[in-house]
Amino acid sequence: MSLLAAATPTTTWYLILAAVLFGIGAVGVLVRRNPLVMFMCIELMLNAVNLSFVALAKKMGDIGGQTTVFFVMVVAAAEVVVGLGIIVSIMRRRPGATADDISALKG
Amino acid sequence: MELVVFVLAAAMILVGAVGVIVRSNPVHAALSLILTLFGVAVMFVAQNAHFLAAVQVIVYAGAIVVLFLFVIMLLGVDRSEDLSSEPFKVQRPLAAIVGLGVIGLVVAAVVSSRDAITVRGTGLNVADTVGDGDTNIKQLARSVFGDYVVAFEVTSVLLVVAVVGTVLLTRRVKGSVKDS
Amino acid sequence: MLDLIWLIPALPLLGFLVNVVFGRLLGEPKSGALAALMVAGSFAVTVGAFFDLISIPTEERHHVVTAFSWVPVGSLRVDLAFLADPLSITMALFVTGIGTLIHLYAIGYMHGDPKFSKFFIYLNLFVFSMLMLVLGENLLVTFLGWEGVGTCSYFLISFWHTRESAATAGKKAFVTNRVGDWGVMMGMFLAFGATGTLSYSGINHAAESGALSAVTATAIGLMLFIGACGKSAQLPLYIWLPDAMEGPTPVSALIHAATMVTAGVFLMTRVNPVLAISYDWAPTLIAIVGVATALFAATIAVAQTDIKKVLAYSTVSQLGFMFLAVGSGAYVAAIFHMVTHAFFKALLFLGSGSVIHGMHHEQDMRRMGALRKLMPVTAFTFIIGWLAIAGVPPFAGFWSKDEILLFAFAKSPILYVVGMITALLTAYYMTRQVIMVFFGEARWNDHSEEHGAHGDFKPHESPRIMLLPLVVLAGLSVVGGAMQLPFTKDLHFLEKWLEPVIEFGEADIHHSWAYENKYILLGIAIVVAISGILLSAAVYAKKKIAAIEPALLADGWKYDKAITSFMGGPGRRAFDGVAWADRTIVDGAVNGVGRLVQGAGGFLRKGQTGAVRNYAAAVGLGVVALLVWFFLRGVVL
Repeated sequence: MSLLAAATPTTTWYLILAAVLFGIGAVGVLVRRNPLVMFMCIELMLNAVNLSFVALAKKMGDIGGQTTVFFVMVVAAAEVVVGLGIIVSIMRRRPGATADDISALKG
Repeated sequence: MELVVFVLAAAMILVGAVGVIVRSNPVHAALSLILTLFGVAVMFVAQNAHFLAAVQVIVYAGAIVVLFLFVIMLLGVDRSEDLSSEPFKVQRPLAAIVGLGVIGLVVAAVVSSRDAITVRGTGLNVADTVGDGDTNIKQLARSVFGDYVVAFEVTSVLLVVAVVGTVLLTRRVKGSVKDS
Repeated sequence: MLDLIWLIPALPLLGFLVNVVFGRLLGEPKSGALAALMVAGSFAVTVGAFFDLISIPTEERHHVVTAFSWVPVGSLRVDLAFLADPLSITMALFVTGIGTLIHLYAIGYMHGDPKFSKFFIYLNLFVFSMLMLVLGENLLVTFLGWEGVGTCSYFLISFWHTRESAATAGKKAFVTNRVGDWGVMMGMFLAFGATGTLSYSGINHAAESGALSAVTATAIGLMLFIGACGKSAQLPLYIWLPDAMEGPTPVSALIHAATMVTAGVFLMTRVNPVLAISYDWAPTLIAIVGVATALFAATIAVAQTDIKKVLAYSTVSQLGFMFLAVGSGAYVAAIFHMVTHAFFKALLFLGSGSVIHGMHHEQDMRRMGALRKLMPVTAFTFIIGWLAIAGVPPFAGFWSKDEILLFAFAKSPILYVVGMITALLTAYYMTRQVIMVFFGEARWNDHSEEHGAHGDFKPHESPRIMLLPLVVLAGLSVVGGAMQLPFTKDLHFLEKWLEPVIEFGEADIHHSWAYENKYILLGIAIVVAISGILLSAAVYAKKKIAAIEPALLADGWKYDKAITSFMGGPGRRAFDGVAWADRTIVDGAVNGVGRLVQGAGGFLRKGQTGAVRNYAAAVGLGVVALLVWFFLRGVVL
């Protein structure tokens, strides 16, 4: 136990965690068909990025990393607003549509 | 102590993330997302990003996920998705490749370059004692309104545009035949 | 006047254009008169140029008039330019002179033909092309004329195209000429590649200065000779000339006696420096082909019954003599014989045309006879032509043929002997023709019911417009020999005139046995000619000896049939094979590319599913690929 307690999480651990979170989010986008769940997975990816920025800001001693996260959050919020608006417009026309049903670009 | 915090928060994050992608009911997925977001907020605190942790909880978990739930309920898409079948046979293997590839490569990159990350800024301010000046929020504020003020202004415009755009997008036009 | 030599081809061209537009309006005989007038104008300009040329010193007789820059492409600079030098003006003189006479004759001969003006359209176009050929300053202008005369020959041979045999003969002439044209083109390519220019002065300078290697010169010379064989009807490409007699007689006279067929000899003379520096066996080959053709054609002429076919084979034979001269280095003799041959052969053809016209288009000599009383002028002029071609002095043919045989002997006695045998045969068959047509009993009333003659069929003399050219040509055949009499150097007018053109290539035989004993050879020639005439008289007039006219000879040694069966059999199979290769391999490759693209497109189309998730997967794969690439590049390490 003392050995475990002595090991401090380094920046690398945080970055690895962020990578795993990002990967899970990517898989989720590709596998899920419900548009809202796909969007949530995109949020997961954004969070992973935020986590790495913050970790690096601490390691490098630069507040710029946290500023970036600030802006990412703002933009993510705006993006969610617009995205959900689009999903709402589509879902109104065709209730129960999944991502696969929007296939007007089929060649 | 830090280790314990890290492990717990990491567990929250990962459980929540996996929950998002495997729960067939969208409402359950949203709740898992909240778990992940909380975990990330804890991580932020551990990294001396106190303000951001607060913003994370308030904006992300408090506003965005609630918005998701509103839309889910509004549209009535809370029916469970059938996850056992996949119309595109190639999709799941591809997803596995992409996921494993991204994770593996980024981890490898991170591990191999850990000694290359050096201090370059002036350092983060941490509050040692209660009532101490120049804590995290002050430092962050100086950065946002100082170095990045233009970006700040533009982002505020972006928010207005997003809101206006969405209102227009989702407007029901009077007398339109396509009304559902 | 020398600067106006562009008028020489331009006037017939103008006649052609006017007749194309207004020909049918002008009708008979105005369209014909216009055409004749244009050619006469050309003749006048040529005479003026001739006198201008005489007035300038010998070394400078090389005047170029450039009309415009024709092909300025990269290093190839070809102008449409005309060259006035002794050779080209000589050619132009007799082309336009005889051309004018034949135009006048044709006005009478084609009287009543529904396509009267069309005939003169083609005739003028022909004269234009021929003049481009002889006046050209470079090989390309000559080739333009070369192709032009071939085309006009096709038009004119198949003039009465409703007759199957005429249409076929026209096609045959064109295709056979084409084979020869390949040779000319190869020669042009080689000449350009070796010297960088197509102009005669450039090529000849390169040959004279040694810039051209013997190998290249031989190749160029032989390629051009192949073209000459086609155009001038030598073995093996002579087959079109006898069939070309399907055309109206003025055509035969102009094109196939006096002008077009001499184009090959002209071309060889033009590039005589090239021939001079080629390997020795090349001119020898030319001489052998020439003399072999001469003998071959003479044997066939002995057995022909059509009045024009005799003359056709005779033309092939006489052209063979000209190539014998070229091969022996006797360019002056070749040109001399070309000019005299033009006189008497045109005369003979026009005379035969007059006979045909008077006999109401009967051409078989077995149905003629004793015509001298009913067509006196025709008979008289024809007899003069006969004496000229048989080689009886003092008529023109004797002097030119003798000159050729002199040089042939100097080259090789064998060539001389073969040439002499041919001369004997020439005298023989021409006498045979004269006897069968103008002497003996009248045979035209036998089987008169067969060819629609109504009772009292009587041949008549031709109108004056047709007789005038006959008389003029007869006069020229008498005095034409004066151009180059062998007695003293002072009388060698033609040689002195042509010297700047042929001095490099002309063979020097002044120290040969032949030259020293030329009077002996002269005597032998006279004896041979007379004996040929007497022998023929014994066979056909006195009937003392039976006539030998084997079917093999009448059939032209079955050469034509051999070619037909070859082309129809193995030839056709080869052509079919080539066509198959083109269809399957070449077209298949081209179409195959299209099909390949189509297939690939169809395959790739499957990637466009329209589903966002698939596109997202593609993006994800791209990200992974990029990461791998960065990793491998060592950026991250």
